[in-house]
Amino acid sequence: MKKLVIYLMSGHATPELAAAAVEGGADLVELGFPFSDPLADGPVIRRAAERALADGMRTRACLECLARTRELAPDTPLVPMTYAALLEAYGWDRFAAAAGGAGATSLIVADLPAGERPELRRVQLVAPTSTDERLRLAAEQTDGWLYLVTLTGTTGARNDLSPALAGLVERARAVTPVPLYAGFGISTPAHAHAAAQLADGVVVGSRAVEVAEGGPDALRAYVASLRQAIDAT
Amino acid sequence: MSSTAGLFGTYGGRYVPETLVPALDELEAGWRDAQNDPAFHEELDALGRTFAGRPTPLTRAERFEPNKRLYLKREDLLHTGAHKLNNALGQAVLARRLGKRRIVAETGAGQHGVATATVCARFGFECVVYMGEEDIRRQRPNVERMHLLGAEVQPVELGTRTLKEATSEAIRDWITNVETTHYLIGSCVGPAPYPELVRELQAVIGREARAQFLEAEGRLPEVVIACVGGGSNAIGIFSAFVADPDVRLVGVEAAGAASLGTGRAAVLHGARSSVLADGDGQVTDAHSISAGLDYPGVGPEHAWLRDSGRADYVGATDEEALAAFRELTRLEGIIPALEPSHALARVRELDEEQVLLCLSGRGDKDLAEVLAH
Repeated sequence: MKKLVIYLMSGHATPELAAAAVEGGADLVELGFPFSDPLADGPVIRRAAERALADGMRTRACLECLARTRELAPDTPLVPMTYAALLEAYGWDRFAAAAGGAGATSLIVADLPAGERPELRRVQLVAPTSTDERLRLAAEQTDGWLYLVTLTGTTGARNDLSPALAGLVERARAVTPVPLYAGFGISTPAHAHAAAQLADGVVVGSRAVEVAEGGPDALRAYVASLRQAIDAT
Repeated sequence: MSSTAGLFGTYGGRYVPETLVPALDELEAGWRDAQNDPAFHEELDALGRTFAGRPTPLTRAERFEPNKRLYLKREDLLHTGAHKLNNALGQAVLARRLGKRRIVAETGAGQHGVATATVCARFGFECVVYMGEEDIRRQRPNVERMHLLGAEVQPVELGTRTLKEATSEAIRDWITNVETTHYLIGSCVGPAPYPELVRELQAVIGREARAQFLEAEGRLPEVVIACVGGGSNAIGIFSAFVADPDVRLVGVEAAGAASLGTGRAAVLHGARSSVLADGDGQVTDAHSISAGLDYPGVGPEHAWLRDSGRADYVGATDEEALAAFRELTRLEGIIPALEPSHALARVRELDEEQVLLCLSGRGDKDLAEVLAH
């Protein structure tokens, strides 16, 4: 079974949204902890981060959001996705411990590439520009699965699935047996279907954040449509 | 890459998305190659002499400060009007060696944007400059110059609409077009190897100024003073004196953008440094009348020079900088940029008599802003 990962920005309504995503068929939920200067993010997640920060979603509030999400989705892996600045401010070890205590099963730090702080257990990202040597390093250090960034660019919906994904999957398979989940630029059931034919899982972020603005029912239906497309592979 | 690459004490490093890491490795290797290649240095020296106007003179400012032996290193006389061209030329030669023909850059005051647009015209590169809308408003002449030089100026409408957001957008462009594009960063900030690379390209200021001061006074200055936004003119002139324990180094920040004075250790734009940030690591707004200093971060090497006690960092307010701007103009016939006017504002209260100041740029771009106050 291919895995479906849904990204949501932390916020007051997020625990209910995450539960709806799980009902719709999400296998794993990433929770964005917003940062003021997110270099890896496109306009949708940037705007969501700005709104979340304006709404008071600082690190402590995000951890509370995570704990509440854990209560509503007791069996689903939950992975905070954030930037190094938040860990630097909170304390690297303290952040990891607090996230774990609130129910996180791992961590993603978008601007902490493989090789930096190897002691911090996290899901590593690789990109089409990664050398084979770096794919190997990231695979060795990653926590459970490898996050394949399908394109050179920031997060956000694109018209087509990146043509770079197939080559990246092939190169990653050659160096590691760990599961490969593809993300960035995947927004429609057709994208998800195509990506799931190559990778072991699919991550949907920006479009899920947009749909989530319509509430839990809209998100549940959207996730279910992705689920169906992935299961049809 | 080891996790200690590009560190100044505990500052610096590479906090960037994976997509950029191979490009930074490639840049670092290309930079090491260039440093060891006499042809690279010969080409840069020749461009400095025949295109940029190096060496720039050292001018005694006797009427501005009669009680000291104050000398101004005249980077305002460099082609395009500021020290930024030293770095832009060096990185353009480097980009050509790396086979990159598209350049992206950020700009605050517009001086780095103009320098970048200039070298792109000279080298035949495509040029895209990101600039905050607020800075486009207050630095209009530089926007027109960039257009004339053939650059595309991309307005940034996000957040503070100043240098911080322009830098983020330039980095996002680089992430997207990394295969064809060189990111020509304008200051000694960003992920390794940029802080070191920019310092080395600006070190020409310090090398010249040191020899010129020795020639003029028969001794080294007691203090070297420069304004600090990102900190590239300061690190360039400091670099020639860091190993001289008797030469005090003083950096002057804008009081409303004092990353070193009131900031904390945080991560911004790919490096750990001293940043205007809150307790959660969220970056806060800077304010300065000078667009070039209106940045909440600073080069990681300055944070290290501060912590190690090798350099002192002080602040100057908008009003103090404006007063110094007017005085230098009237007393010396030199219209300085608002950025080095912050350094000029702190000169008279220095205890030392033998003073070297980096006059990093000229003030033509600031006339509208000055007249409005």
